Amino acid sequence: MEAVLLIDFGSTYTKVTAVDLENKAIIGTSKAFTTIESDICEGLDNALDNLKSKCSDLTVKEMFACSSAAGGLRMVAIGLVPDLTAEAAKRAALSAGAKVMKVFSYELNESEAEEIDDIRPDIILLTGGTDGGNREVILHNAKMLASLKTTAPIIIAGNKSVQEKVADILCEKEITICENVMPELDVLNIESARLAIREVFLKRIVYAKGLSKVNKLIEGIIMPTPSAVLKAAKLLGEGTDNQKGIGELIVADVGGATTDIHSIAKGLPSKGGVLLKGLPEPFVKRTVEGDLGVRYSADALVGSCGVEELLKRIDLDKSQIEEYQQLIKRNPGFITDDDEIFEKFDFGLAALAVKNAVDRHVGRIETHYTPFGATYVQTGKDLTTVRNIIGTGGPIINCKRAKDVLKESLFDPVEPSILKPMRGKIFIDSKYIFAAMGLLAVKYPDIALTIMKKDIKLILEVN
Amino acid sequence: MNNKKIVLGVIGADVHAVGNKILAYAFDNAGFQVINLGVMVSQEEYIKAAIETGADAILVSSLYGHGELDCRGLREKCEESGIGDILLYVGGNLVVGKTPFEEVKKKFIDMGFNRVYPPGTLPDVSIRDLKNDLGVID
Repeated sequence: MEAVLLIDFGSTYTKVTAVDLENKAIIGTSKAFTTIESDICEGLDNALDNLKSKCSDLTVKEMFACSSAAGGLRMVAIGLVPDLTAEAAKRAALSAGAKVMKVFSYELNESEAEEIDDIRPDIILLTGGTDGGNREVILHNAKMLASLKTTAPIIIAGNKSVQEKVADILCEKEITICENVMPELDVLNIESARLAIREVFLKRIVYAKGLSKVNKLIEGIIMPTPSAVLKAAKLLGEGTDNQKGIGELIVADVGGATTDIHSIAKGLPSKGGVLLKGLPEPFVKRTVEGDLGVRYSADALVGSCGVEELLKRIDLDKSQIEEYQQLIKRNPGFITDDDEIFEKFDFGLAALAVKNAVDRHVGRIETHYTPFGATYVQTGKDLTTVRNIIGTGGPIINCKRAKDVLKESLFDPVEPSILKPMRGKIFIDSKYIFAAMGLLAVKYPDIALTIMKKDIKLILEVN
Repeated sequence: MNNKKIVLGVIGADVHAVGNKILAYAFDNAGFQVINLGVMVSQEEYIKAAIETGADAILVSSLYGHGELDCRGLREKCEESGIGDILLYVGGNLVVGKTPFEEVKKKFIDMGFNRVYPPGTLPDVSIRDLKNDLGVID
């Protein structure tokens, strides 16, 4: 059988999904430990052997790959005002599938500059000033970067009036110039920077991380895994020229280290008379919560959400929670099927991760009392009318109470200012194919959409 | 086009959108680059916008009578933010009640505003002043 292979080089596992193009179906999936330290092909070969033992008559037609191995695409973003260009820079990096290690604003000081060296980012995104706006800060920051040891490629996406000057200052580094992430105040323009990040990732990062060894085998497409997930989400929501999508949606991707939320939705006010405030929201939006993972970040998750919140959802006592927190800390890869208490604890973590990550992703509505009565002001996306919620990531897929975990992404009348979906269909990516379908979509969008519609299971409808 | 940039908005909890649009239109027609923040603008938003865009002036409107409260401290915050020299204009129905305009004006000049306009001022007046203050030659 002729198959297209979709490979996801993760930090822990290399996952392979085989697709039969003719029948528009998944033939099989398999995984093996990633072997980035030795030779990344080893892990891939092991996963392939696994797959071939399941379906022996497999011949490979094409291969596509995505990767979050070796820390994923680590970036730092630098802007001017925290809510303005620094935020725009962060959004550009996130939408390119990067792991944003830190966002800096205003003039960098010595210790911040050193911090950048310590972070050892794969790419630095340097922005600041609207076109024709502030020039001094980006010039200062360019000088600071020029003096650093880092050899990370720098993408310049700031005030166009000084782009060349900035490039001159950084002439000894590898630089890419693209359009300003905020050409005018409150106008977000992240597409050019996003493409530049992708280019640099393909050209350079893939090699730096040892992935070039597999490059010959693969049709050339390698992208960061979150980028593949975002692509799949967009395809599923919007559809293709030949096939309709399912409409606006939210994807909750819970992981061991982070929880990513993707929304494919306009997010405009659902009621009349609401004033919008803040930066315009991108239609395709990704947010990443580094403190809301259920393994490596479990401590941070309990810390930022509070033990009380966990106790509300599960009938354990504090000492049991502490005990299991310690257990995970010692062994982040811990998985078991026959420990009821652990199951409860794990459910609690996943539920809190989804609740808080979606809370942070969606917008807020505030009531202001003016001398003329109440006015409503919305910041961020209003997702109350979004009707599709999809759960993916091991902690959701493997959870027996996935429905309850994903219900946390719905509107809570106790917190009416948080604009989460009021009702809708809850789906689960039970075969764990989201990233793979994002890869497949690069060349075969229609087939990827057909498979997703078939294999992403509706588990609950909330009216 | 005179390449001068102004940040414009209605301060505080004031939601007078129509006057704001008229001002934006008038200043734009006069050749200024207008960064219009709309209604319910906080002091911090004016300042952030001015820093990021490298603006030459901040124009504050207020019509609901709470202007004095809303504007207090704006100059100091500008100084703190490194744009202490920026031109600050304010205009509208700035105080509650029938205080003589000269008193109102003095109050706002003391607060650090460069120019203060009473209700009913036509945009042309402040456009002429701004061109003078910024040395724009027609």
